[in-house]
Amino acid sequence: MSHHPEKHEDKHEHEGHHELGFIRKYVFSVDHKVIGIQYSITGLLFLFFGFSLMMIMRWQLAYPGEAVPIIGKWFENSTMMSGGIVSADLYNAFGAMHGTIMVFLGVVPLAVGGFGNYLVPLQVGAPDMAFPKLNAASYWSYFVGGVVMLYSFFLPGGPAQSGWTSYPPLSDIAGTGQTVWLIGMVFLITSSLLGSINIIVTIVQLRAKGLSFFRMPFLVWAQFVTSFLLVLAFPPLEAAAVFQLMDRIAGTSFFLPSGLVVSGMPLQVAGGGNPVLWQHLFWFLAHPEVYVLILPALGIVTEVIVNNTRKPLYGYKTMVYSVVFLGAMSFIVWAHHMFMTGMGTTMSNFFQTTTMIISIPSVILLSCLIITLWGGSIRYTLPMHFALAFLPMFAIGGLTGLPLGLATSDIYLHDTYYVIGHFHYVVAPGTLFALFAGIYYWYPKATGRMMNNVLGKLHFWISFLSINGIFMPMFIQGFAGVSRRLHTPTIYAHAEAVQSTNVFMSISAWVLGAAQLFFIINFFLSLKFGKKATDNPWDATTLEWATPTPPPHGNFTEEPVVHRGPYEYSVPGKAMDFIPQQVS
Amino acid sequence: MDTPSIYGWYLPPNYSAHGAIIDQLIVIMHVFMVALFVGWGLFFVYCLIRFRQRAGHKATHDLPHSKLPKFLEIAVVLFEAAVLVGLSYPAWSKLKTSFPNKADATNIRIVAQQFVWNVQYPGPDGVFGRTDPKSVSDSNPIGLDLNDPASKDDITTLNQLHFPVNKPVIAELSSKDVIHSFFIPVLRVKQDAIPGMKIPIWWEANHTGQFEIGCAQLCGNGHTTMKGYVSIDSPEDYKTWFDEQQKELNPPPAEPAAAPASQPTN
Amino acid sequence: MSDAVIHYIEEPHPVTGVTNSKLGVWLFIASEVMLFGALFSSYIVLRVGDATWPHGWTVLNIPLATLNTMILITSSVTMVMSWASLAMNRFDRFRLYMLVTILLGCAFMVVKGFEYAHKFEADHFPRTSNFYGVYFTMTGLHGLHVLGGILANLYFLTVGSKLWKTHPKMFMGRIEVAGLYWHFVDLVWIFLFPSIYLL
Repeated sequence: MSHHPEKHEDKHEHEGHHELGFIRKYVFSVDHKVIGIQYSITGLLFLFFGFSLMMIMRWQLAYPGEAVPIIGKWFENSTMMSGGIVSADLYNAFGAMHGTIMVFLGVVPLAVGGFGNYLVPLQVGAPDMAFPKLNAASYWSYFVGGVVMLYSFFLPGGPAQSGWTSYPPLSDIAGTGQTVWLIGMVFLITSSLLGSINIIVTIVQLRAKGLSFFRMPFLVWAQFVTSFLLVLAFPPLEAAAVFQLMDRIAGTSFFLPSGLVVSGMPLQVAGGGNPVLWQHLFWFLAHPEVYVLILPALGIVTEVIVNNTRKPLYGYKTMVYSVVFLGAMSFIVWAHHMFMTGMGTTMSNFFQTTTMIISIPSVILLSCLIITLWGGSIRYTLPMHFALAFLPMFAIGGLTGLPLGLATSDIYLHDTYYVIGHFHYVVAPGTLFALFAGIYYWYPKATGRMMNNVLGKLHFWISFLSINGIFMPMFIQGFAGVSRRLHTPTIYAHAEAVQSTNVFMSISAWVLGAAQLFFIINFFLSLKFGKKATDNPWDATTLEWATPTPPPHGNFTEEPVVHRGPYEYSVPGKAMDFIPQQVS
Repeated sequence: MDTPSIYGWYLPPNYSAHGAIIDQLIVIMHVFMVALFVGWGLFFVYCLIRFRQRAGHKATHDLPHSKLPKFLEIAVVLFEAAVLVGLSYPAWSKLKTSFPNKADATNIRIVAQQFVWNVQYPGPDGVFGRTDPKSVSDSNPIGLDLNDPASKDDITTLNQLHFPVNKPVIAELSSKDVIHSFFIPVLRVKQDAIPGMKIPIWWEANHTGQFEIGCAQLCGNGHTTMKGYVSIDSPEDYKTWFDEQQKELNPPPAEPAAAPASQPTN
Repeated sequence: MSDAVIHYIEEPHPVTGVTNSKLGVWLFIASEVMLFGALFSSYIVLRVGDATWPHGWTVLNIPLATLNTMILITSSVTMVMSWASLAMNRFDRFRLYMLVTILLGCAFMVVKGFEYAHKFEADHFPRTSNFYGVYFTMTGLHGLHVLGGILANLYFLTVGSKLWKTHPKMFMGRIEVAGLYWHFVDLVWIFLFPSIYLL
């Protein structure tokens, strides 16, 4: 993937010791930058694949029961798409896999694996991650997890169909796809654990001389907190996955209560289990997971916004404290996903209170970023477009979490499209836009070429409009009471009343899909024809810009020493409007 | 059967006593959210225009310190605390702990299964018959123990929920197989039905009419089709329906299983 | 600095006072604590929710498990001795203690195997009841951790020990890290034994 034109110059750096072959250098590499790019490319591919599943599902939602054009023809003889129509099984399978792929195979690998790997060592002034081989192992574990998940599509019964949340007993009694899903998850969990331990150790141990914790770029802080969330929150899901695997393979009843009757037949198990136990274990991971998705994005946006306003970050320390507090709090809000499980007053009061408390640091973070704009000299570069768009999108996503976090209003809104709208605003126009900002921003560093401005702006504006076209009507549907995960919502009168929004949303989704072509074309064409990038094309201050472009193996030509904070822009009395961290 | 005119691009009308506070909370929260968003948005857009890069304009390194953000932050905290303590805690607590008297209410059991809602009425004796998973059969979906004398007058219906208006209903929710979620939009009622658990809920309707029950929790490939019908009757209509059901049960041709399963009753 | 020279592999970081791998293993142990924490919590939830849950001592083999507890505790001691031998520059003694540690680990697994075999003969499988489900799952996962430890130690006894000649400090660091993990696995058993067998 790294066929950058500077390959030959790169080779010079390695003269004097043995030359690595292509395979060792680009496939089984232990260089954090290569691994970061591997993560990013794989993550982007999975994001596109996961979105494609949704584009097919959206056909069924817009035109229920009609054959899918083109794709329907290819599969019209299959059981799950007979006649080219999306069956309920296929709809559930795609729904479960869309969620799984977007979260565990798309966003996390790109945000933490990709950006974390590529940027953390560069920004802390380290030559590589603390454990380069472990780093490669974590990528390959992710890769295997991804292959396992893809393999499940070819099973006779199809992939997992019980939602990305895999609630038992449904998931316990589901087909083989669920077992494969669980096995895939174990690989993905292992990958995340190894990766995040590596990031934490790198940040704690390998910071350059002079780079104190409060001189670290905010992105490094965000990755640091994210990694702690992964290290501590993923193991309970691993425990839950083991329990569910035992239920499915060894016939245990951890999540199966006594006296179940499935399709008229008593289920032959010992019973005595508890289905809600899974939900506790799952959400104990999955709520911190939300912050795993959003914090690296927030870090990227901060870097881009500060660089493009040409002034220091407003409230750097406040933001750091907020993000640490946010991380800690995220471990005690999980049961706000479970208000409808027959929860008593004490529990619900506790969890709605912690949920309201956790909204405060989010409001602080957003406010700091917006206030940073004040008094700046805003450059409307390509990455800045995406970073600025992130702010209102994340605001909508965050604010709509409030009525869901209050148990009383959640009674009506729970499991409706309101929820879908809420978290998609956080992760799609939120996190994904931030990730695009990051790609446009660091692409020149990684490849030595700038991305094309015109294609980039087309990508931005079409994506921005169409993505809102998908998710904004979800709030209307949620108000109308349309439940999520319905294969044919139109059979309900209250859903039929808002069916026209479904058509609008689906068309928006297909436009969004098409708009990504601008990105794909831009990505590849710029590799060859993009304007050559200097070492520091954005006049930025942080350490990654002190390396040659693209950075060689080992990163820095000499060990960097840091003399100042991360965002010294427009310091009065200086000729340049920025002072890099390594300048004394 | 349907009354599509009541549904639109907003909350459907609320026909329950407790629903008003839920709607009120949703509206209050959205007013707050929109206010905050518009405030942020105006500031944001103003900054984007005023502080754009242009000839002769430079960024300012040090800004005069302002207390405004801190005040706004405190205002947000106070508002959220007020909503929690003033609205959400008491409303939730009233719904979950202050159940009406059983004697003054219509008591029912709702047993969810893939992909129907079974409803059990205790009959004139007011006592629910015993149920047992071992007795479950096609004609006896909830496994009513027919040897129990209390079972004799129990009405069980499939996807048909009748109850009188202006009288509380206490429903005990359970599930035979997987997790379902019992949802009646116009009544602002939603509760998961979880196998192994019996979860009581209650509501009081204040408007008659025919409405729909939906399943809000993914329960398998028939999740969409798990649709039930609610009939909120006037007391007279309810009595007529109830008596009719009793008549169907009681005329004693000894084969109750002869009733075809496709009928909503058995 | 054309090649990646990573600091604090051999020498501890002057501020944190630990090497990279030591910090790494502590983080790994933290995640393992969360894993077993979740397993123990689930065990409590399942047990509280089930009136028919038997007392461990009525159905499980206490003497055998006590023996296993002794074996693991002893192996922790020999693990420490193997590290201490390196500190005293006695590579031969290191190999001896490491070998004993590995053998004790294997002995634990063999005893565990007998225990499992007895259960299977008596027609007790994970599916029999949630008690057996928890018993097999938790001791089984712990067994996998023991197995992992044995394999790691085996590596350090054989191929991995070449490092002693070139980078003795680094090798000692590795043995210390392997020891930390081994003690952790031991500690998990110290919790498992009373909570599953004795309660």
